[in-house]
Amino acid sequence: MGILEVKGVNKRFGGLQALGDVNLSVAENTVHAIIGPNGAGKSTLLNCLVGKLIPDTGSVMFNGQSVLGRKPFEINQMGISRVFQTPEIFGDLTVLENVMIPCFAKRDGAFRMHAIEGVQNERQIMEKALAMLDDLNMADKRNMHSASLSRGDKRRLEMAMCLVQEPQLLLLDEPTAGMARADTNNTIDLLKEIKEKRDITMCIIEHDMHVVFSLADRITVLAQGTPLVEDSPENIKGNPKVREAYLGETA
Amino acid sequence: MFGLDKKDLTLLLVVALLTLLAPFILNPFPTGSGLAQFNAGYPDLMQRFVIFGIFAIGFNILFGLTGYLSFGHAAFLGVGSYSAVWMFKLLSMNIIPAIVLSVIIAGLFALVIGYVSLRRSGIYFSILTLAFAQMSFALAYSVLTPITNGETGLQLTLDDPRILGASATADGSIPVTNLFGLEMRSAVNMALGPWNFTFSAGYYVCAVVMLLAFYLAIRIFRSPFGMMLRAIKSNQNRLNYTGLNSRPYTLAAFVISGMYAGLAGGLMASMDPLAGAERMQWTASGEVVLMTILGGAGTLIGPVLGAGMIKYFENIFSKINDNVLHGWFAWMPDGIEDLTVTLIHPFIGKGWHLTLGILFMLVVIFLPGGLVEGGQRIMRLFRRRKATEDDQTKAKQPAE
Ligand SMILES: Nc1ncnc2c1ncn2[C@@H]1O[C@H](COP(=O)(O)OP(=O)(O)OP(=O)(O)O)[C@@H](O)[C@H]1O
Ligand SMILES: [Mg+2]
Repeated sequence: MGILEVKGVNKRFGGLQALGDVNLSVAENTVHAIIGPNGAGKSTLLNCLVGKLIPDTGSVMFNGQSVLGRKPFEINQMGISRVFQTPEIFGDLTVLENVMIPCFAKRDGAFRMHAIEGVQNERQIMEKALAMLDDLNMADKRNMHSASLSRGDKRRLEMAMCLVQEPQLLLLDEPTAGMARADTNNTIDLLKEIKEKRDITMCIIEHDMHVVFSLADRITVLAQGTPLVEDSPENIKGNPKVREAYLGETA
Repeated sequence: MFGLDKKDLTLLLVVALLTLLAPFILNPFPTGSGLAQFNAGYPDLMQRFVIFGIFAIGFNILFGLTGYLSFGHAAFLGVGSYSAVWMFKLLSMNIIPAIVLSVIIAGLFALVIGYVSLRRSGIYFSILTLAFAQMSFALAYSVLTPITNGETGLQLTLDDPRILGASATADGSIPVTNLFGLEMRSAVNMALGPWNFTFSAGYYVCAVVMLLAFYLAIRIFRSPFGMMLRAIKSNQNRLNYTGLNSRPYTLAAFVISGMYAGLAGGLMASMDPLAGAERMQWTASGEVVLMTILGGAGTLIGPVLGAGMIKYFENIFSKINDNVLHGWFAWMPDGIEDLTVTLIHPFIGKGWHLTLGILFMLVVIFLPGGLVEGGQRIMRLFRRRKATEDDQTKAKQPAE
C-alpha cells in the first residue's frame, strides 16, 4: 500500500472529462513524477488531493485516511504540502514572514490566539525559517517584500514555505517553470538533498524532462485525463506509446 | 520597554505626549482673538477625538489587518452605550462597571454577527454587516423600546434603582458619572495671559483609556496573530493550504474590533450618560470607515489621525458661517468680498461634508496610504534633501 492511494477518480467540468478513472499509487519515500501534455488534467488531479476540488467519484486515501470532504487546512495538517503552478505566496509580507507562517502552522496547529507576545520573541521559529532560507540561498532577501521577488524566486520561496513544514507528502506543480537554468539545477540538488536527509514522499508535475529524469523513481504519464502508463524512468524513455503521446511533442 | 521595539515605543511615547498635552496643543489661539474659533481644546471635543480614536483603532484591527470591510461597526458602539447607561441606571454611577459591561456585551454581539457574516467575504461580508447594523438600529429605534427607550433615547431618571449608589443626590438631582468619586464633568481652568486652557477629568480618563487601547493594538499588530491577519489580507488561499484555519482568526479580529467599539460606546455614555439609536445608524458605521482610510488603513497611527481630522472638521469647520467670513474678508472691496464669501459659502457651515468629501477624494487618489503616507513622503523628502546636502559638504571637504 502506498502512502497515497488514488482510486477511480473522475472529475468533469461541464462537458469536459478532466479526469477519467484515475488510479495512482505513490509508494512511501519515493519521487513520483506525473507528466503529460498541457490540459492533461495534472493540476486538476493535485487539486483533488489538497481539497481544492472534490472528485465526482472515486477515493483518495493518504496514510490510510480519506482526504475527501476535508478542508484544505485539515489536509495540510495531515502532512500534505503543495507548491502551486502559479506561485501562491503572501505578497504583502516579507520573505522571512512568509516562511515563518508555515512554521507557526506546524507548531501551533490550525489556530492559536497568540496576540500579545511579539513575533521577534519567537526565536526558534525565526531561526528555523532563516535556516530554510539559507538552504535556498535566499537569506539575503529575507526582509524584501515577497511581491517584489522575481518569478523564479517566488517559486523557490513557495518551496521553502512547503519544505519548512517537513511534510510527509510534498506536491510540486511545475516547480522549475520560469526558473533560470542555474536555479533549476539548484532546485534539483535541493530536492535530492532533502530526499536523502529525511523521509519524504514527493509527487512532481514537470514539463522539463531533465528535472523529471534527475529526480523521479516512478513516472505516470497522463493524457486527456487518463493514466497512459506507469513505469520506471528507463522504461518510460523507451516506451513508443509515450513518445508518441508526449515526449514526441517536446523532443 | 513595554515589550515594544524602539520605533513603536517612540510612536507610543509621542502619542502619549500629544494626548496628555492636548489641552495646550489644541488651544493655540488666545481667547477673544479672531482665530479662537479654530481652538479645539474644549473638553467635549477633545473627548470625542480620543473616543473616536479608540473606535477607529479597533476598526483598523479588522479592516487594516485582514482587509474585511465591516459596514456595521456602529452597532457595537451603540450596544456599548446602551449597556453603560443601563449600568448607570441599575448599579452605580461609577464608570468602571459600565465600561466593563459595554465591552463584554459588544464582544458578545460581535461574536454572533461575526460568526454569521464571516461566512462570506468581500462585498457580501460588508453587506451582511450592514444589514445586521441596520437591523440593530431598527430594533433599538422601535421594537426594543422597553430596553432602549426608542426615539427619545435611553436616559437617567430620578427613580432609577442604582443599588450601589443613590437614585438622587441630596439636592434632588440626578447624580453624575464618576470614577471612584472623581466626577467626569469636573474640570480645572488655567488662564495664561490671554490664553485659557481647560483640563477636564473626563478627557484625561478617555485619554488614558485610549493610550491603553493603542498600546494593546501595537502589541496585536506585532504578534504572530497580527501576522496571520495580514497574511489573510494578502492571500487567504495560501493560508488555508498552509494548514491554518482563517475563520477563527478573522472571527477573533472581528470580536476584538467589536470590543473596541463597545469600549468607545461605553466611554461616550460615561462622558454624557445617554444613548440613542442614531449612534447605530449606517452613517455612523461609514464614518469610522472614512476615518480609517483617511488616516491610513493598516497603519498604527493612521486611524487616530483620521478620527481627529474628521471630528475637527465636523465641529470646527461646521461652525464657520457667512458672518465669520465677512469678518475675515472685510478688508476687500465690497463686491469682491461678497463674491469671495459666495464662492466659499458651499464649503463651510453645513457644507463641511462637501469639504471633507473633496479632501477624502484627494487623499484616496493621491495618497492611497492616507495621511500617514503623506507624512512619510514629506519625511522622505526631507531626508533626501539632507542626504544631498551631506553629500555636497562631503564633496567639498577634500577641496578645502
Ligand atoms: N476549475 C475549472 N473549471 C473548468 N475547467 C477546468 C478547471 N480547471 C481545469 N479545467 C480544464 O480541465 C483540463 C485540465 O486542466 P489542468 O489544469 O488539470 O491541466 P494540466 O495538465 O495541469 O495542464 P498544464 O500543463 O497546462 O498545467 C483543461 O482543459 C482545463 O481547461
Ligand atoms: Mg497544470
